[in-house]
Amino acid sequence: MTIDWMHFTPWTSLAGGLLIGLAVALFLLLNGRVLGISGIAGGLLRARKGDAGWRLAFLAGLLVAPAVWALFRAPVVPRFDAGWPLLVVAGLLVGWGTRHGSGCTSGHGVCGLSRLSPRSLVATLAFMGAGFATVFVLRHWVA
Amino acid sequence: MQRLTEFLIGLLFGLGLMLAGMTDPGKVLGFLDLAGSWDPSLAFVMGGAIGVGFFAFALARRRTQAFLGGAIELPARRDIDRPLVLGSLVFGVGWGLAGLCPGPALVAAGAGHWQAWLFVAAMLAGMAAHDFAPLSSNDVLPEHRP
Repeated sequence: MTIDWMHFTPWTSLAGGLLIGLAVALFLLLNGRVLGISGIAGGLLRARKGDAGWRLAFLAGLLVAPAVWALFRAPVVPRFDAGWPLLVVAGLLVGWGTRHGSGCTSGHGVCGLSRLSPRSLVATLAFMGAGFATVFVLRHWVA
Repeated sequence: MQRLTEFLIGLLFGLGLMLAGMTDPGKVLGFLDLAGSWDPSLAFVMGGAIGVGFFAFALARRRTQAFLGGAIELPARRDIDRPLVLGSLVFGVGWGLAGLCPGPALVAAGAGHWQAWLFVAAMLAGMAAHDFAPLSSNDVLPEHRP
């Protein structure tokens, strides 16, 4: 293993993590909810009356984040390695998997580990392990 | 008031993801590529988020009501079942293929990248395929709880 010092950003990543943690804390203590994106977005598909508003308000906040960011800093330039067929397959797997497994990086990875949930620890180990394995196959076997 | 806090917290969460580097799939894949040139940044994201989250959940456990009035709803399940493991593995494969998970994908879509919109559309289709499938685990578990 070699460390990619050129892209390593310990301080901004730590600061971003603290903001993420703050959002989780505020959502829990003010609104009484666990901040899990796949649950918030997926719940829209079958939302009962009165259960959609808070989901849409939260997701609207996510969507306008880049516009607010642009007021203070240069835009993030994302590097998309995947072409459209891979993006579609990846999206389908992420959508199905997060619903079947009841959570994603935020719900299990951040909130679940924060409250020491054994279910979320297992889920996080599973998706991190699968992520490591997939990138290994894609970058070191196939490519 | 509740709608406003939900919106602002979504915004804060999105800004956190951007500052952390999570909305750049290249950076996420750099973290997942242990055997290549490894970028450990995302471990710092998790560390920072859990460092704050831990205290929030410790405080929430002593309360039944949220500060804006509603009930605090915490997941109650502790069993490790098949859907949890299978679903998380499938999610991890998708995450490794594109370097996007649900939150950062939505933020990147907000920035106008077509790749992110395509991914989000496929993700919602995948969620719908799960939730509307006959005999899905939702028939047993009416609520989505991490």
